[in-house]
Amino acid sequence: MVRIIVVGNGMVGYKFCEKLRSRSKDVQIVVYGEEPRPAYDRVHLSSYFSGSTADDLLMAPASWYADNDISLHTGELVVGIDRNNKSIKTHTGREDHYDFLVLATGSGAFVPALDGVERNGVFVYRTIEDLIQIQDYARNVNRGAVLGGGLLGLEAAKALVDLGLETHVVEFASRLMPRQIDEAGSTILESKLRALGIFIHTGKNTKTIEGNGKLEGLTFADGTRLDIEMLVISAGIRPRDELAKAAQLDTHPRGGILVNDYLQTSDPSIFAIGEAAVHNNMVYGLVAPGYEMADSVARQLIGDHSKTFTGFDMSTKLKLIGIDVGSFGDPFGELIPCIPIVFKDQRKGIYKRFNISEDGKYLLGGILVGDASNYSLLHQMVINRMPLPENPESLIIGSGSKTDEGGAGIKGLPDTAQICACENISKGDIVQQVTDCGAMTIDDIKKSTKACTGCGGCTPLVNDILKITLESLGHQVKKNLCEHFDFTRQELYDIIKVTEIKSYEKLLDLHGSGDGCEVCKPAVASLLASIWNEPILEQDTIQDTNDRFLANIQRGGTYSVVPRIAGGEITPKKLMVIGQIADRYNLYTKITGGQRIDMFGARVEQLPEIWEALIDAGFESGHAYGKSLRTVKSCVGSAWCRFGVQDSVSFAIRIEERYKGLRAPHKLKGAVSGCIRECAEAQSKDFGIIATEKGWNLYVCGNGGSRPQHAKLLIADVDTETCVKYVDRFLMFYIKTADPLTRTATWLNKMEGGLEYLYDVIVNDSLGIANELEADMEKLIANYHCEWKKVVDDPALRAKFKHFINVDESDPTLEFVDMRGQKTPVDWNK
Amino acid sequence: METQQEMKDYTPTREGEVKVWFKAAHVSDFPENGGACLKYKDMQIAVFNFSRRNEWYACQNLCPHRMQMVLSRGMIGSKDGEPKVACPFHKKAFSLRTGECLNSEACSITVFPVRIEDGFVHIGFMK
Repeated sequence: MVRIIVVGNGMVGYKFCEKLRSRSKDVQIVVYGEEPRPAYDRVHLSSYFSGSTADDLLMAPASWYADNDISLHTGELVVGIDRNNKSIKTHTGREDHYDFLVLATGSGAFVPALDGVERNGVFVYRTIEDLIQIQDYARNVNRGAVLGGGLLGLEAAKALVDLGLETHVVEFASRLMPRQIDEAGSTILESKLRALGIFIHTGKNTKTIEGNGKLEGLTFADGTRLDIEMLVISAGIRPRDELAKAAQLDTHPRGGILVNDYLQTSDPSIFAIGEAAVHNNMVYGLVAPGYEMADSVARQLIGDHSKTFTGFDMSTKLKLIGIDVGSFGDPFGELIPCIPIVFKDQRKGIYKRFNISEDGKYLLGGILVGDASNYSLLHQMVINRMPLPENPESLIIGSGSKTDEGGAGIKGLPDTAQICACENISKGDIVQQVTDCGAMTIDDIKKSTKACTGCGGCTPLVNDILKITLESLGHQVKKNLCEHFDFTRQELYDIIKVTEIKSYEKLLDLHGSGDGCEVCKPAVASLLASIWNEPILEQDTIQDTNDRFLANIQRGGTYSVVPRIAGGEITPKKLMVIGQIADRYNLYTKITGGQRIDMFGARVEQLPEIWEALIDAGFESGHAYGKSLRTVKSCVGSAWCRFGVQDSVSFAIRIEERYKGLRAPHKLKGAVSGCIRECAEAQSKDFGIIATEKGWNLYVCGNGGSRPQHAKLLIADVDTETCVKYVDRFLMFYIKTADPLTRTATWLNKMEGGLEYLYDVIVNDSLGIANELEADMEKLIANYHCEWKKVVDDPALRAKFKHFINVDESDPTLEFVDMRGQKTPVDWNK
Repeated sequence: METQQEMKDYTPTREGEVKVWFKAAHVSDFPENGGACLKYKDMQIAVFNFSRRNEWYACQNLCPHRMQMVLSRGMIGSKDGEPKVACPFHKKAFSLRTGECLNSEACSITVFPVRIEDGFVHIGFMK
C-alpha cells in the first residue's frame, strides 16, 4: 500500500488528510505535527479570547484521525529527510519510510531583528500556545501594542482589546492593511478603530524595544516614544522551509519551498502545500488557496492529474473588531485599465470602491470598508464575469429595498457560481440540498455540505440562497408569533404603539384569531409592559405564572421572594429585616448570582404579607420573576478599592434604579466594574460598564447561561451622561426589535450588519430614531411603580393570592424535607 | 403518605353518569379568561373560565408530568380551536376536552363536566 507522510498538522495539512481519505481508503496516511494538539482553526484564533476554547477551535478531534485510519503524531517535529532512502527522522529519533511526502509546514511569524526583541513581554501571534502566553502576561499589564497593521495585526489587536488592554497598533507603512485596501479605505478604517478606543500609529519605523529586563516602551526612528507594557509582533509571515532547505530542495531566496503547477518540489515525490509553498513567486497566506492546493495533491496521489494549481484569487472579507473589510478581484485597479467608482461616508464610516472595466460592462475588483454585506455577491460577479447592471452605482448605493436588490443579484448567479471557497460548494449544490434533500435551515446545509464551516465568510450568502430557494418552493419564511397572530413581535410592537392598544383581549379581537396561547399571551404581555408600563396585574391571566404572582414558582409549587438590592449594596439594618422575615415564615435563604438574597418556600397566600413587611422596611420588588431588568452587579470600586478608578457602586445603583421594572423580550442583566480588573464580570452581561481613567467603556450583548458569550465593546471612554444615554438607546432598540425570549447576545448574533450596525444606530443615529428611543425610555422610567406595593395596598389584588377559590386553606400537598438545617421541597414525582 | 396519594388520584366522570353537581363558587369569583383551583372533598380541581368563548372547563389540578398541583395557575388558550391549558412549570399543554397531552407526552389528565346555574359554577362528579 502506498505510504504518504504529511509533515505539519495545520489547517491545510488537516484538509489534505480529509480530501485524500475521502477519495481513497487504500493509502496509508501518517501525520507528524509539531504542536501538542491536532490541527485547529487559526483563522478564528482571536475568538479564543472571546469565549472559544482550544477544543472549540479544533478542525477535528483526535478521534477523527483514528476513525479515519490516519496515524497522527502530535508534538513530534520532523527534523530531517533522507531523500535517497525516502525516509524522515523526528526529534525523538523515530525514522519513518514514505512513498510520497507532503510538506505542509506552514509559516512562522516574521520577527524583525529589532533591538530588545528578546525582552519579556514581547510575543508573536501564531499558535494557541502564543495566545496562552499572551493571556497570562496581559493579566498584569494595562497597555499593549501590536507591531504590524496588516490583516493579522488587526486580529491580534482585537485579542488585546478582548483582554481589556489599552491597545495600540504600530504600522511601518503610511496606512493600515496596505496589501488589501487603498489610502481612502484605510483612513475610514483608521477612524473607526480610533472610535473604538484603539490607538493607531502609522508611518512609524520602530527602532528599539526598550525596558529594564521587561518591556517598557518602543522608540521610533523619528525620535518619538510609545510607553507600553507588552508587544505582539505581527509583521508578516515567514514560510517554514528549514526542513526543505536541509534536504536541499529548491527554496525561494525570501523563504518558501518552490513548487510547480502540480505542487511538486524539485523532488517529484515530495509536495509542498499551504503557506510553506511558493508558487509562481507567490506565498498564499490565506486558507482557501491552501485548501485548493491540498485538493490538487490529494487528487494526484490517487491518479487524477486533471486539477493543477494555477494561482488563486486573493479576495478576502473579514470582520475586524466588528468592522467589515472586504477586498476582491483587483482591488487597486492596477492590472487592467479600469474606471473606479468611489463612495465614501465619513460620518457612518463607510468606504466602497468598485473598479469597472473601461467598456463599463464588468466589475474587476474593489474595496469595502464599514459595510461588506454585498461582498460575496460582488466577488461572484468578478469571478463569474457577470454583466453589470445598467447603473453600476446602484451596487454601491443600493436601491432602496436592500433585500430585493440582494435577492435579484443572487437569483442572477449561475448554478456553477462558487459560494463556499473553502469547501468548493457551488450555488447549485446548495439549491439542490433545499429542493431535493429537504434542507430547511442553515444548519442542515452546514451538516450536509460543510459550507460555511471553514472561514464562515459565505454564511450570509448561503443564508440568502436558502431563503430565496425556500420561498420559491412556497415556504413561509416569516417569523409569526404563533397560530393566533400572523405578525412578528416587531410588527405587533408597532401595531400596539400606533393604535394605542392596551389590552391583550383587544389586540386579539382586532388583529388575531382563536383564544391565544402560552406563547402569544406572555409575549404580548411583555410588549404591553414595554410600551405602556402599566401595572401588569390588571391583566393577570395573560402573564406567565411568575409574573401573575409576582414571584418565582419553585419545585413543589411554592414561590421565592427577591427584594431589590440595587448594586448589591445593603445596610446591616435591612439585612436584619430580611433575616427576621425569612425566620418568621421559615423561608430557605440563599445569595443569588446577582448579588441579592432569595427567600424560598413561600406559599402563594403568604406572599402579600411577606411583601407588606418588606415594603414597610423600605424594600421594593426585585422583578426577579419578570423578563425584565434583574440586577446591575457591581464591584466595590474607587470608594474602597485601592485599584478602582471610578465609583462603580454609585453608578451601578444609579443604573439599576433607572431601569428597574423595565420589561424586555427577555431578562436583562447589567454590571459596573470600577477598573480594568473587571471584578463585576460586566463582560458577561447584557450591558456591562467598565471604568477607565477617562470615563467608562460600554460593552453590550453578553450573557452567561448555557451559551456564554462575551459582551462586545460598543464605545470606549465615554462620560457618565453619554454612557447612560447610549444604554437608554441600546435597551430601547433591543426592546423594540428583538424576537420574543431572545437575549441581547442572540439578538446581536442575528442582526444583519452585527455590532457595526448596532454602533451606527446607537452612536451615529443612522436610523434617526435616537431621540424617539430616549423619549420612550423616559416615559417608561416615569411610569415606574413597585408592583408589590400596588398589590399590598389593594385588597382586591391581594385576594387573588390564594390557593383555593372556595375555602381558606393552604395547599395540603406541599411537603418539605430538611437540608443542612433549612427546608427544601421533596423530590419531583414523589 | 397515603392520604397525599389519594389527593393525587382522580376518578373520571363518565358522560351522563354525574351523581353530584358540586356548587363550587360564584361565576364572578373566577378571573376572566383564566383559571382558579377549588377543593372538593380531598380533590383539587382546576376550573377555567373561557370568557371569550363563553365556555367553562374543569380538570385535575395536578400536572401529571412532574406531579405538581398547579394546573389552575396555567395559561389557557387554544390549539386549532381545541381549548387547552399549559402547565406553568414546563409548558406541557393538555386538551380540556379530552385531557390528552398536546405535546405528545405519554401522560394525560382527567377532565370534569361543568355547568353554570343561577350564576354559580357546578362541577360534576361520580361520587
